[in-house]
This record gives sequence, structure tokens and C-alpha cells, in this order.
Amino acid sequence: MSIWEYANPKKFLTTSERVLPVLWVLAGVLCAVGLIWGFFFTPDDYRQGASVKIMFVHVPAAFIAINAWFMMLVASLIWVIRRHHVSALAAKAAAPVGVVMTLIALITGALWGHQIWGTWWVWDPRLTSFLVLFLFYLGYIALWSAIEDPDTAADLTSILCLVGSVFAVLSRYAVLFWNQGLHQGASLSLDKEENVADAFSNPLYVCMAGFGFLFLVLVLYRTGTEIRARRIRALMMRERMDA
Amino acid sequence: MKSLKKQRRIQVIALTVVALVVATGLIGYAMRDGINFFRSPSQVVAEPPAASEVFRIGGLVEEGSIVRGQGETVRFSVTDGGASVAVSYTGVLPDLFSENEGMVGTGRYVNGVFEASEILAKHDETYMPKEVVDALKEQGVYKEPEGS
Repeated sequence: MSIWEYANPKKFLTTSERVLPVLWVLAGVLCAVGLIWGFFFTPDDYRQGASVKIMFVHVPAAFIAINAWFMMLVASLIWVIRRHHVSALAAKAAAPVGVVMTLIALITGALWGHQIWGTWWVWDPRLTSFLVLFLFYLGYIALWSAIEDPDTAADLTSILCLVGSVFAVLSRYAVLFWNQGLHQGASLSLDKEENVADAFSNPLYVCMAGFGFLFLVLVLYRTGTEIRARRIRALMMRERMDA
Repeated sequence: MKSLKKQRRIQVIALTVVALVVATGLIGYAMRDGINFFRSPSQVVAEPPAASEVFRIGGLVEEGSIVRGQGETVRFSVTDGGASVAVSYTGVLPDLFSENEGMVGTGRYVNGVFEASEILAKHDETYMPKEVVDALKEQGVYKEPEGS
């Protein structure tokens, strides 16, 4: 059995319908536990006070915002190379989820920045590339609906996705390339020493897992909707031809 | 893309990726001074900007250097370990501003003093519960984390 079997729309729909209820529960429980734990059962930070709690929304949202784009990139490349329609539709379905996550990260970041830095916004390399990523999301969604032919739309949005990946990479790694910015470096990292006390990082990991499952659920759900919408369109066209 | 064979599609994608990476690398390298948000005190001392140029300076607030003068004017030194630059600022400082903490100031470098028009606090990536730090301080074993 190969993974490409799921490129069959019917196989994709039946399998995702079977796993979706489980994923819904997982996403809901993890988000609820993580956010309640983070908001109500964590101590105040020694410098930031209660403002540290913004992290429990900001970090997972930014994490999904950036990784959603990479997921769209992989799905787009599969479409361009292997021509699986489900893959193109999965990329299309992920964009609105990603743009909302980007917006959440931008807004929570501005609130935190106002408290801690003393400004809502600065043209720091990391913040700027993240704003450009937000604009790329909007452009990506607009391009999908601007082109009539679905295959051409999938091709062109794939290229746009490839170009936008530059800013997805920069949003995460700008801190490494241009180290004189206002945004701090990565707080959580697997190889470096721990900067974040366990009292904060444990609920944060739960929130990130919750947001991750939420993203997965929404993308599977929306991809199913896109497949059905395309099927309806095909049926209606056939009917018109028969008439 | 539709008319191309699979082999050719992969080649097109590979070429696009190479072109993007090279273009990004060149732009990022050429504009690194413009993309960097602030200059370090060492850079400012090595190459003092003209008094008319508005730029940002960033570093740690040197320990014991904060002097609160008359009115709202504050004087302190900002350092990156190598060099240190005197700063004067009139206005309200962010809550996080204190000795050994990071800061970024916007202003002009006039006669060896950075006259700031705006001061931002730069937060590093350390997060610790307040109770833990208080307890450590009580025992006298608390060490200031290295700011970035």
C-alpha cells in the first residue's frame, strides 16, 4: 500500500471522515487544557509579569502560520510534479487557516510588544518578513479565485507559494541572519540550553500540539469541502451539456 | 506547466528554487546594514555617523550608569561588551528598562553622546517565574541572565 492511494479523492474522503472525529476531540482537549493551564495556572514572569501569558497564543499561532506555508509548499510541489488534484486542493484549503493564524500572531505580538518593548510595531527583520508572509497569504487566496481554470490556478498558486516560502523561512530564521533585531531569538529549541522555565514551557507545548491538531482538522475538513465543491461543479456541467 | 513532461517540471522547479535562494542570499547580503534593526555601540564608535543621521543603537544598559537628572532627562551608557556609548533621553522609559537589560534607542550621535528620541526595551528569550527569582534572590544565589 502506498501513500499515493490517498490521492484518490474517494479514498481521501472516506479515510478523513473516519479519523476526523478523533482529531476533533484531540484538538479540542489539547487546546482547552493548554490555554486554561497557560492562562490561569502559570506564575507571573519575573520581568514581564502577567504579559507572559500572551505567549500561549502568540507562539503556537506563529508556529502554525509559518508551518502551514511549508505544508502548502509540499502540497503544491506534489501537485506540480505528480498532478494529484487532492494535493492542490489541500494547499488551497490550508491558506485561509494559515492567514488567520498569521493575523492572530500579528495582533497578539503587537499587544505584547506594546507592553514589553514599548511599541506596537517596529520594522525589525523578523516582524517585517512575517508581515510580508501575511500579504503573501492574501495574494495566494486572491490568485486562486482570480483564475477560472482550476488547473492553471493550481499551477500559478504553486509558483506563488514557492516564492512566498522565502518569507516563511525568513520569519523563522531572520534572527540568525540579521542578529541585530528587536525580536528575541527562539525561546524553545531542541539543541540549545533551556531558556524558558518548565512552568511556562509545559503548557506552551500543549498549546502548540493543540493548535497543530486544530490546523490538521481544519485542513482535512476544508479539503473535503473543496473536493465536494469540485464534484458538484462537474455534475452541474454535465447536466448542462445533457440538456 | 500543463504541456510539460514530468521530468521537465521537476527541472523547472529545481531551477526556480536555485534562482530564489541565490536572489534572496544576494539581496540579504547586500542590504544587511539596512535590514539590521540597530547598530551596536562598537559599530558606532568605529564609524561614528554624522550628527544629522538618525539611526538606532542597541545593547545592554551598563550597570551603575543610569543617572536621572533634573526633570525627565535620563543619562546612561549602552554597551555590547566591546565599546560603550553615552545616551541621553528625555521621556518615559518602558517598564522593562533597567541595568543589564537590553534596549534599542532611536536618535542621533552628537558630540560623542547619543541623543535618543525613543527608547524601546529589548526582551531576551529568558522566561522565569517571579517566585523562583525572588527565592533565588533571597538566598543570594541569583545570577543575572546574560542579555542579548
